[in-house]
Amino acid sequence: MINTITILPGLDKAGGKENYRHLTLTAGETVSIVGPTGSGKTALISDIELLAQGDSSTRRRILINGKIPSDEIRYNPAMKPIAMITQNTKCFTDLSTMEFLKIHARARKIIDEKVIIETIDLANKFTGEKIDRETRVTVLSGGQTRSLLIADAILIGAAPIILLDEIENAGIFKQEVIDIIKNTSKIIIFVTHDPVIALLSKKRIIMENGAVKKVLSQNEFETKAAANLLELDKQVGFIREKLRAGDEITKDLIKVNFA
Amino acid sequence: MKLLVIAGPPSAGKTSLTKQIVRRFKDEMTIAFLKIDVVKAYEDIELGREFKILTKKIYSGDLCPDHAGVMVLGDAVEWAESKHADLFVVESAGLCLRCSPYLNQGLGIIVLSSISGIHAPEKMGAMVSLADIAVVTKIDLVSQAEREVLIQKIKDVHPNLILIETNALQGTSLHRLYELIKQSEEIDSDKLYLKGNPPIGTCTICVGKKEIGWKHHFGVIKKLDGQIAEYLYRGE
Ligand SMILES: Nc1nc2c(ncn2[C@@H]2O[C@H](COP(=O)(O)OP(=O)(O)OP(=O)(O)O)[C@@H](O)[C@H]2O)c(=O)[nH]1
Ligand SMILES: Nc1ncnc2c1ncn2[C@@H]1O[C@H](COP(=O)(O)OP(=O)(O)OP(=O)(O)O)[C@@H](O)[C@H]1O
Ligand SMILES: [Mg+2]
Ligand SMILES: [Mg+2]
Ligand SMILES: [Zn+2]
Ligand SMILES: [Zn+2]
Repeated sequence: MINTITILPGLDKAGGKENYRHLTLTAGETVSIVGPTGSGKTALISDIELLAQGDSSTRRRILINGKIPSDEIRYNPAMKPIAMITQNTKCFTDLSTMEFLKIHARARKIIDEKVIIETIDLANKFTGEKIDRETRVTVLSGGQTRSLLIADAILIGAAPIILLDEIENAGIFKQEVIDIIKNTSKIIIFVTHDPVIALLSKKRIIMENGAVKKVLSQNEFETKAAANLLELDKQVGFIREKLRAGDEITKDLIKVNFA
Repeated sequence: MKLLVIAGPPSAGKTSLTKQIVRRFKDEMTIAFLKIDVVKAYEDIELGREFKILTKKIYSGDLCPDHAGVMVLGDAVEWAESKHADLFVVESAGLCLRCSPYLNQGLGIIVLSSISGIHAPEKMGAMVSLADIAVVTKIDLVSQAEREVLIQKIKDVHPNLILIETNALQGTSLHRLYELIKQSEEIDSDKLYLKGNPPIGTCTICVGKKEIGWKHHFGVIKKLDGQIAEYLYRGE
């Protein structure tokens, strides 16, 4: 069982020590990582994914349940408690979607092949244009690749810790993703530039110059602000889908309330 | 002296990995480096300038680079030992998919890129199967799922290989490799043999002699220094 992960301080980009003693995340917590481009958000979740032990450019160390993880956990994908969706939107592996998921399920020691169809079905909830099981992963679009990899992380990675790097940037149905993964007992970490996702997370890590600058907890006003933004976001999403479907914006659609 | 033979297809990240290894060990060991390539290589100049270590290169020209490696490694090991090197790193061109440059002593490392495609490990035969360690580079360019699929594929083909994933530009997650290098045994230069079987052919390497060093061979002979044509050697 994974109850906590602990991040021990490393160095910022200038080589100065990070200014916190340790940072512990607990099961059931959603966390967002925010900060300017290049501030080290991706680097921080990569450290977590690799369970870095001072051997990454940031020199951070990661503990699981307060202890240094064993080599088995670090290097065997079947034992790895972490699934990560990178900013990547391209697959180079020349396999069909089915074959790709099959091998990944094998790497994660999942025997039941039902999970493969379930993963494709789930991916198709996130993406507009459906993915066929025979489609080669190399020809999937950026958004389709993202959707497939998110579904894969949830069902095949099926890990207690999920790291998501800027899921908002893929033209996928963000809300569906958030609905599915919140309210679990997982530790979910979003790297994000999206205020809705940031406000909905229980904790917020602010990055600057390669280092953790601040850690904030969600306050009651932020929950309200999030609800407002979410409403707005749904309306934007509604219009976006209309436009994508080739509809015209008519008089009654204009009444959408942007308050 | 410890010996590392690093092989892998062009642009897999062999030099980038070598640089991380040199950076890690240069303060505690004297390091010598040899690059074997077919027509052009700059690694010797680059590594010499960046880390002030001993370097050499050799062009295999008309020979298969692994064939050239067999010829020159005897001299090269002698050279590195004469310079009191504690660690000798050989970067092979890795162009010959029939042969493999690994020896019976030291560590053989195959470098594979995450973006080289799923079938690469199967196609490369002995270069992968006779290695002790596979280092998969460029993990910063692919998704975690794709990395795990590639790793699973390599494991299917070569279950006993130690697998290490890294971003070779940053040296991510290489602790395990450094430990393996530290634990690797000193070589005995009189007992160096090729691990793999040479190809079918007409020279002494081709017919299967595994001894290292040009003195043990006749046919197309190549020394560490000098032109290949001058050493068209037919045995004592
Ligand atoms: N993003 C990324 N680029 C890498 C990585 N490793 C190597 N590269 C890049 O890949 C290219 C080739 O790397 P080298 O280390 O020169 O490859 P090599 O195997 O020595 O190549 P040859 O000796 O020419 O066969 C260079 O542009 C490197 O910067 C990595 O882990 N991530
Ligand atoms: N503490 C650090 N020490 C050294 N290098 C660092 C550190 N943190 C980040 N870097 C490097 O800085 C670069 C930018 O970092 P990163 O990609 O994590 O930024 P980001 O916040 O994810 O940006 P974006 O919003 O554009 O995705 C990377 O090359 C990363 O390796
Ligand atoms: Mg990023
Ligand atoms: Mg090179
Ligand atoms: Zn050959
Ligand atoms: Zn020959």
